[in-house]
Amino acid sequence: MDAQITLLVDGARRSLTVDTRTTLLDALRDRLGVMSPKKGCDHGQCGACTVLLDGRRATTCLALAVAYDGAAITTAQGLADGSILHPVQQAFLDHDGFQCGYCTPGQICSAVGMLAELKAGHPSHVTKNLTAAPTLSDNEIRERMSGNLCRCGAYVNIVAAIRQAASS
Amino acid sequence: MTPFAYERAADAASAVARVSGHPRAAFLGAGTNLVDHMKLGIAAPELLVDVSRLPFDRIEPLPGGGVRIGAAVRNSDLAADLTIRARYPALAQALLAGASAQLRNLATTAGNLMQRTRCVYFQDLTTPCNKRTPGSGCAAREGYTRYHAILGASEHCVATHPSDMAVAMAALDAVVVVRDSLGERRIPLVEFHRLPGDAPERDTVLEHGELITAVELPALPFAARSAYRKVRERASYAFALVSVAAALDIADGVVREARIALGGVAHKPWRAARAETALRGAAPTVENFRAAADAELALAKPLDGNAFKVALTRNTVVATLRSLANGDGR
Repeated sequence: MDAQITLLVDGARRSLTVDTRTTLLDALRDRLGVMSPKKGCDHGQCGACTVLLDGRRATTCLALAVAYDGAAITTAQGLADGSILHPVQQAFLDHDGFQCGYCTPGQICSAVGMLAELKAGHPSHVTKNLTAAPTLSDNEIRERMSGNLCRCGAYVNIVAAIRQAASS
Repeated sequence: MTPFAYERAADAASAVARVSGHPRAAFLGAGTNLVDHMKLGIAAPELLVDVSRLPFDRIEPLPGGGVRIGAAVRNSDLAADLTIRARYPALAQALLAGASAQLRNLATTAGNLMQRTRCVYFQDLTTPCNKRTPGSGCAAREGYTRYHAILGASEHCVATHPSDMAVAMAALDAVVVVRDSLGERRIPLVEFHRLPGDAPERDTVLEHGELITAVELPALPFAARSAYRKVRERASYAFALVSVAAALDIADGVVREARIALGGVAHKPWRAARAETALRGAAPTVENFRAAADAELALAKPLDGNAFKVALTRNTVVATLRSLANGDGR
């Protein structure tokens, strides 16, 4: 069964007809040609499909596109300001925060969302004092990024990249 | 995936009417579990009624000091709420111990309660499962049972409930508010999920078409001293082997009140009433904490592959209570 939806993807209005079974991830990749969100596990377990959905990081493989009619989506390829990379993107380059690169767009969107959550004072599982504003540490970065798997094991450099981006 | 119709609900009454009137209809929240089940072939609804945009997205104070949590409040927003963090820390900690940040940003309060077991046999269409296909048998009982129940299971099903949030809510005396076409009813959270018995296909006491609108927490002042401790195979982003939510009210060197619920050990969040009774009036000592845990675990019937969970549960209960008594928080 088909449905007509409109998405704001990386600043562009995109209208399309989708089968109701289409996930947001498949709508972006297969229908709109937006290839930076990646299909890893397709079951919400790896984080490769992470985008910013109405400003918050979210997996797109378990989201039905039809349920997000009207949503604003920012993918990793929409983060740069023209030729100037987003600070998180630049930090991943500076610290070699990847090997094969497949998980990287999801890692970067997740890191951007994570830094916003931290700025808003949201605690994490490793935050000792729940009633105080959390402060960034490597332990906090690791916990907050645990939803993004990297099978190459570039975690050490990913943590370093996020530490740099947080201080820029 | 089987084709289905999608409708965005205009209001709760019409959502209830639509799902009640269609035997193959289901409510859709964020879909982080349901859509996965549709991909796997475990669920095949013909109509999805999206209730995620209904105005149940607020966390509000209740007269008498409690808190009303809307069914559509996202897990991340509930965990970040300042009232929840200060007055019900076990709930904030439980939420933060579940899933990943990008899933918590989507997952709703009601959806978290309605998520289904992660039993690998339930999720594998090639194996028998009484929960998925009633009467087909249980592949888990003689299989890989590390994540399976030690309390309250039946010969038909040894699955566990996967939620962290619900375990904290069970300890905190939460009440689930649901509505159908006739009106509203209120179900204590500890009675919301079922034990498997001879009908493991039914996870909860909800009837088809009943819609969760809120979860209410009572005032429970001593819950400011509450905690959630989760033991899992890795430090983050994994389901519990065992978890404990607890709150202690200690005055004049004795435990006046205790609330204890266990996760990862049963088909439902397991309120440890025997342990609570054993603690009331006792001194907050490690010996008494151990005796309280043992009182509860006397009921345990572990399987060949999960006998370790009895000792693990005992030790996790003791560690949680000890840190609460010491004022460590967790």
